[in-house]
Amino acid sequence: MTLLTSTPARSRPLNPHLFIWQRLGAGTSLLFLFITAVLTLAPIAYALTTSLRTPAESFTLPPQWIPVSPDWSNYQAVFTTVPFGAYLLNSGIVTVSIVIGQLITSSLAGYAFARFDFPGKDALFWLILATMMIPLQATIIPVFVEISRAGLADTRASLVITAVGTAFGTFLLRQYFKTIPNEYEEAALVDGAGHLTIFWSVYLPLVQPGLAVLAVLTFNSHWNEFLRPLVFLKSVDKFTLPLGLVSLQGYLGTGSISVVLAGVILSLIPVLAVYLLGQRYLIEGIMLGGLKT
Amino acid sequence: MAASRRPNVGTFAIGAWLTGDTLAALARRKMVLGYLFVLPTLLGIVVFTVVPVIGSFGLSFFRWSVIEPAQFTGLANYQQFIHDQRTLHSFVTTAEFVVIAVTLQIVLSLLLAISTQQVKALGLRYFFRSAFFLPLLTSAASISIVLAYMYDQDFGVINYYLGFLGIPRVPWLNAPQWALVAIILTYVWEQIGFTFIVFTGGLGSISRDVLDAADVDGAAGWKRLWLITLPMLSPTMLFAAVVGVIGALQLFAEPYVMTQGGPGDATRTVVMIIYEAAFQNLQIGYASAVAVFLFLVILLVTAAQFALSKLWVFYQ
Repeated sequence: MTLLTSTPARSRPLNPHLFIWQRLGAGTSLLFLFITAVLTLAPIAYALTTSLRTPAESFTLPPQWIPVSPDWSNYQAVFTTVPFGAYLLNSGIVTVSIVIGQLITSSLAGYAFARFDFPGKDALFWLILATMMIPLQATIIPVFVEISRAGLADTRASLVITAVGTAFGTFLLRQYFKTIPNEYEEAALVDGAGHLTIFWSVYLPLVQPGLAVLAVLTFNSHWNEFLRPLVFLKSVDKFTLPLGLVSLQGYLGTGSISVVLAGVILSLIPVLAVYLLGQRYLIEGIMLGGLKT
Repeated sequence: MAASRRPNVGTFAIGAWLTGDTLAALARRKMVLGYLFVLPTLLGIVVFTVVPVIGSFGLSFFRWSVIEPAQFTGLANYQQFIHDQRTLHSFVTTAEFVVIAVTLQIVLSLLLAISTQQVKALGLRYFFRSAFFLPLLTSAASISIVLAYMYDQDFGVINYYLGFLGIPRVPWLNAPQWALVAIILTYVWEQIGFTFIVFTGGLGSISRDVLDAADVDGAAGWKRLWLITLPMLSPTMLFAAVVGVIGALQLFAEPYVMTQGGPGDATRTVVMIIYEAAFQNLQIGYASAVAVFLFLVILLVTAAQFALSKLWVFYQ
């Protein structure tokens, strides 16, 4: 309904009926936004406030939306009842390794596809781009066979190695490198810089927003990923957070959900921090890439 | 070691060929560097995507339980597949899920994006954007845990509040027809932020001139939305629909955590069938056949969306 009121100054409210409808429309749409915002925030608020209730009353209704006397013991219990510290560390190591790996491989490849000429370049680029269409399920069985044959079954390394080459990242950074004019390279060549220097000290700093976008998106998707760790990892001490939380939920049953929810909240903090660091680049990055994580 | 220290004519030649000061040597250096730069990505993608996707196709013609050697069985896995009621049912369930979830996701996030754009107060607009975006940061696994608690029939918050509206307790996760609804709502909750951002970006890129011209021509309000904004946004909608459908067809974590595919098989999706066949029942060949078929479905649906888009997408 607000759609009516986008430019109130210009939509000349000469007709009083129209004016009333506009005000009404704006009100309805604000109400719609508020209700949706409450609904999107509610599960996270519920997880947070319930994690601060004692396990005994965690399932008691009504839910306590404002923690009057927060009970922090669940945040200790989650570390003592399950190897939550190990889950946190495993997720951290795996995710950060994938992020760094992807930043290196895709900045190199993106730079080459944007700025070098070599026979077969277009064919290779389209091959890489086409693989973005392939869903995980169409590859995960043979990939599992490959890592088992390579002796990497049930290792955190298997999650990293198989995720370091990225079609999306290559495409995204190529788009960023393409926006930078050739003059930088010519100027650097005149100054006697080699191609590696030009890549590293001239172009890479200029695509920093692209690197930030890729880092945030990759961190988010691999910190939260479920299917690959579920298939690749067997030992509990190697579990990443999502796997660990699911096993924690099964292990504790419905007995003390506040401990499980403390784990959920803890697992959200790193990804929130990374997002806050990179958010200003994010929207333009998603639009420029025109693609999902 | 000794061999490598011996002066080698060939090395010198290649060295000069590459390091020379001529323009040709410069181009050759860029060429070699180009291959070197692309190599790590190419290796990763060939070894862990291209070869495996061909491997899945190959494995789908074999009977293989990992323990015993693989045995070529031709199309037997595909025959088993078209007679397997459980697998066929998972395709129906997944299709129902995709149609409802993606439609809800797109309609809701489009309304949200248009409404948020109208909000004048910057702080309020920022609040709404953050609220709609926040779910994107959560993992499917952990939010499924949280919502499973909230959906609980007796102790869940959702039924508690619905009770105030006089609605009797809904068996969200315990009744076949409700379980799919619960999973659809969970999925839409998670995904809405992504489509919201895509639409917000799309709205922002509609040029001010076009909108002003519409105003001058007297197209305001609904008329402007219908005749100008939505057509200008249609390429963005196509993108959201394509990406949304591809993602939804791969639904796994939510039913795995919330319902384990149940009650019965009510929420068993195609990817759950693949996972169970491959990694629990060790029917590698059969799982590969289902995976190959799902991949074909994804390709076909995507191609159909692009083909149909000619009817409704407006390119400036």
